[in-house]
Amino acid sequence: MSMSGIAIATQRLDLFYGDFQALTAIDLQVPEREVTALIGPSGCGKSTLLRVFNRMNDLIDGVRVSGRVLVGDEDIYAPGADLLRLREKVGMVFQRPNPFPLTVFDNIAFGLAVHKLAPRREYDMIVEQALRDVLLWDDLKDKLQRSALTLSLEQQQRLCIARVLPLKPQVLLMDEPCSALDPIATLHIEELMQKLKQEYTIVIVTHNMQQAARASDRTGFMYLGKLIEFGTTARIFTQPAQELTENYISGRFG
Amino acid sequence: MSARLAQKIAFAVLLLATLLVVFPVIIILGIIVAKGASAISWEFLFSMPRDGMTAGGIFPAILGTLYLVLGAVLFAVPLGVLAAVYLVEYSSDNWFSRLVKLAIVNLAGVPSVVYGLFGLGIFVTFFRFGASILSGSLTLGIMILPVIITSAREALESVPRHFRTVSLSLGASHWQTIRHSVLPHALPGILTGMILGLGRAAGETAPILFTVAAFYLPRLPQSVFDQTMALPYHLYVISTQVPGIAENVRYGTALVLLTLVLLLNLAAILLRSRFRRKKKW
Repeated sequence: MSMSGIAIATQRLDLFYGDFQALTAIDLQVPEREVTALIGPSGCGKSTLLRVFNRMNDLIDGVRVSGRVLVGDEDIYAPGADLLRLREKVGMVFQRPNPFPLTVFDNIAFGLAVHKLAPRREYDMIVEQALRDVLLWDDLKDKLQRSALTLSLEQQQRLCIARVLPLKPQVLLMDEPCSALDPIATLHIEELMQKLKQEYTIVIVTHNMQQAARASDRTGFMYLGKLIEFGTTARIFTQPAQELTENYISGRFG
Repeated sequence: MSARLAQKIAFAVLLLATLLVVFPVIIILGIIVAKGASAISWEFLFSMPRDGMTAGGIFPAILGTLYLVLGAVLFAVPLGVLAAVYLVEYSSDNWFSRLVKLAIVNLAGVPSVVYGLFGLGIFVTFFRFGASILSGSLTLGIMILPVIITSAREALESVPRHFRTVSLSLGASHWQTIRHSVLPHALPGILTGMILGLGRAAGETAPILFTVAAFYLPRLPQSVFDQTMALPYHLYVISTQVPGIAENVRYGTALVLLTLVLLLNLAAILLRSRFRRKKKW
């Protein structure tokens, strides 16, 4: 946690896939303990930007990054940066619910075991807390040894959120976390985000503009790899400064 | 010709082809059981051969084959699985990994007698292991390596990509990801390769001919540096090299070899289905 109240900051961030420039000169400051939404048409670079923050783009061959990205006070692209530690600090929830084919309990204990964060006798307590945090405890307390794949999609997605919490991350990245869910489940996840932002900084990528308007405090609009406009959600959706932003949120393209 | 008639003819041809595939298997099994079952007895299975193999049992050959199969699997499975993990999870698609994959495919096509000569040259002579269980096991192990590597590779590649992505996103290292999120889910497929390898190692004669198999050895091996009798070679010997062996002894030996391979496979299949039930996605 930094003194400035800024969880993530990028400075003149460029990203290339081979010869293709996917992000151009991104300057962004994500405030702590708020929900920040990244919106924009498909291919605008919003998911790529999200994957910069935990360096998941590193898995793709031929990715090059220039500029600076600070998570807390740490330059995460500095030579010798600790990737495993970074991903402990910055958790990620994916588009499709993707629990491991293990029990509910083992899914949540996975991160604990990998990072040896706690002695095994504390696992019960930590797993319970993680499930309480995502409001799954009452539903699942008698089903901890069931396969996670027997849960409903919404429960699976909540479980995937719960899975990153034992690592005590500072930031939660969510890559279209509701796109596989029905409208009711979507609202539930959005409510959950409001609860979680009291403790975590959340960055969400969404193609659903209503979702950004409902659930986020700040919104960044991206187009063709550039961050066109960034500001409070209320202002972006009522008084966008850029014509492009206005055209997008009023549904004239996208 | 009407469509219905054409359909009937096609169906009949397909059924016939399928029956033709199954028939030989049933006939072979039937003959072996019919002619060999009378030889099977406690004494036949668990005693030493006597009177120039015309009487007594085949215990040393059974035990020898079990030793050889065990040795081959102990050698080939860890080596093969590690190689497969390297190829799938670590190496990128460059000339080296392509060369290795090409070598593995070619290895699978090498005739078994060539493995026998290779084992003779390398293990028996060069490393001075002599004709021994060690030489025979290593030779059989190398012979089944391609099967093990290929099936382990397929098993690893069939583990969904997102298991790796999620594991890495939780801050697991590359090795932890392989160890906890990939290998456990690939285990059933790896075991399938082991099953196929087991059966082949138990049944082959040529690779053990020069490296371990004893013509007649009326005592049990004491260490991995001893020679041993083995079922496939023993079968060959009593069928063609030694006159005056009763027919039911020859077929009985074949029946034992067949049953042994079936039992080994059955054990591995049970093991695999247990893993399958535990891991579902």
